[in-house]
Amino acid sequence: MTEVRIHGRGGQGAVVASQILALAAMKEGKYVQSFPEFGVERRGATVEAFVRIADKKINERCKIYHPHYVVVMDPALVNIVDVTDGMRENGWILINTSKMPEDFSFHASVATIDAFSIATEKGLGSHGHPIVNTTILGAFVKIAPVVSVEALLKAIRESVSSNTEKNVEAALSAYDKVKI
Amino acid sequence: MKKLLTGNYAASYGAILSRAEVISAYPITPQTQIVEKLSTMVAEGKLSAEFINVESERSALAVCMGASATGVRAFTATSAQGLALMHELLHWTAGARLPLVLVNVNRAMAPGWTVWCDENDSLSQRDTGWIQIYCESNQEVLDSVIQAYRIAERIMLPVMICMDGIFLSHTQEIVDVPEQEKVDRFLPPYKPPVFLDTSSPHAFGSLTPPPVYFEFRYKLQQAMDEAQAEIEETGKEFGNIFGRNYGLLDEYLLNGAEIAVVALGTVCGTCRVAIDRLNKKGNKIGMLRIRTFRPLPKKKVLEDLRGVKKIMVIDRNISYGHHGILHQEIKSALYRELNIPVFGFIAGLGGRDITPEDIEQMVNYTLKHEEPDTDILWWGVNR
Repeated sequence: MTEVRIHGRGGQGAVVASQILALAAMKEGKYVQSFPEFGVERRGATVEAFVRIADKKINERCKIYHPHYVVVMDPALVNIVDVTDGMRENGWILINTSKMPEDFSFHASVATIDAFSIATEKGLGSHGHPIVNTTILGAFVKIAPVVSVEALLKAIRESVSSNTEKNVEAALSAYDKVKI
Repeated sequence: MKKLLTGNYAASYGAILSRAEVISAYPITPQTQIVEKLSTMVAEGKLSAEFINVESERSALAVCMGASATGVRAFTATSAQGLALMHELLHWTAGARLPLVLVNVNRAMAPGWTVWCDENDSLSQRDTGWIQIYCESNQEVLDSVIQAYRIAERIMLPVMICMDGIFLSHTQEIVDVPEQEKVDRFLPPYKPPVFLDTSSPHAFGSLTPPPVYFEFRYKLQQAMDEAQAEIEETGKEFGNIFGRNYGLLDEYLLNGAEIAVVALGTVCGTCRVAIDRLNKKGNKIGMLRIRTFRPLPKKKVLEDLRGVKKIMVIDRNISYGHHGILHQEIKSALYRELNIPVFGFIAGLGGRDITPEDIEQMVNYTLKHEEPDTDILWWGVNR
């Protein structure tokens, strides 16, 4: 079983990202579970969402405490939230930032992607408030071999009803540009 | 067709496929998405039902009762304080023998103000005469709503389908949504023997003096007893058509088990994970999931637990002044039949997580002790 934790801010689409990732894995014949850290949701507040992907039925009904992968959708969160809390050894952390992986010192492999630039370029969300969830998933499937990019694109096309092809382009662009 | 659905949407699909004709509900977290989905479907003309907006949960149930009395299939859903507000009419629905289906998304009672899960809301409606079924997965939620109408309409008792808030309601997983045609075959249209009809006016619910009231109650209890066979038969028939079998109880590795964990709701899933780990180390642990809490299948519970050395009940609820509600139910089922220790854990109130590690530690405590140290074993509470 692969466990993923996504850190974001209310309004950034972390929950939708978890749902698209789960749908992509489902399309590959996996068992999946996705859920938000349920709280009082406000725009801008820190949020978490979780995804489990497995080859057999998932029985766990609790949060993910030891993720294999952590996705950070907002660069400022690395200074506010303990994003590597409980991470497994050999885990990966993917950060939306213009910095390089070597700029971070975490007990995990670090990948970075400037998702704000890609999302802004593709016109996703507004200029001051780009929506980066599909972009960052493109980068995610490059570092995480649990879901193929083809399945991700199918899931994006099924889940995103406006600017669909721009979202697909953003994911593909991030897939190419992610820094490892 | 396989879809990725939250427990809330699974409940909505259950009501849609059951062809609910009148839907009335008042939004309350974490149940809101159920009625959001249904009202959207009605507004878009995709669901041929009447959606009646009301000002409270009590009114929602009143509307459904009225609709059901006129011989149509009615659906409602709620949580916690909303269910408590329905309390008076919960008694009325069962007493009037109206076959309603209500989905309760289990949420702890306030105060302190909360939207997170425990089962005190529905378990404290235990004595209202409703059948209560507790689900472990979103698939079971959808399937149980469909089964609930068939059970309710054959026995003439209302059915409450319970799912843990957040753990199911807001968790997406893969759900096989059955074809309408198959559901129609399983669940024929509702045709009650008597109903309110303006062309033949009658009144329901008139004064019931002592010479008859008692008999009504006797019959309600008889219906509850009959419901056991009906729930089993319905679950089996559902399995024949849809390939997923359901029963009163759900046994996991109980054969040859030394300790039986007894619980209801989603903690049972996490129990499976913990039990697999423990048994790999040579332990003999099994689980009994109480799917049907009312009627409580006492004889079957006893049959399942005969042979184990200790019982461990995990309650995400409490009856203040006594102990866990399921704990007391299980003890009463054992009376004069099984003289073995029952360890009563209370865990996870108000949505506190229960992890596989928690359950492993509870089992280890039970293995190490002949008897529980205290009547209530509070798990993880900061004293």
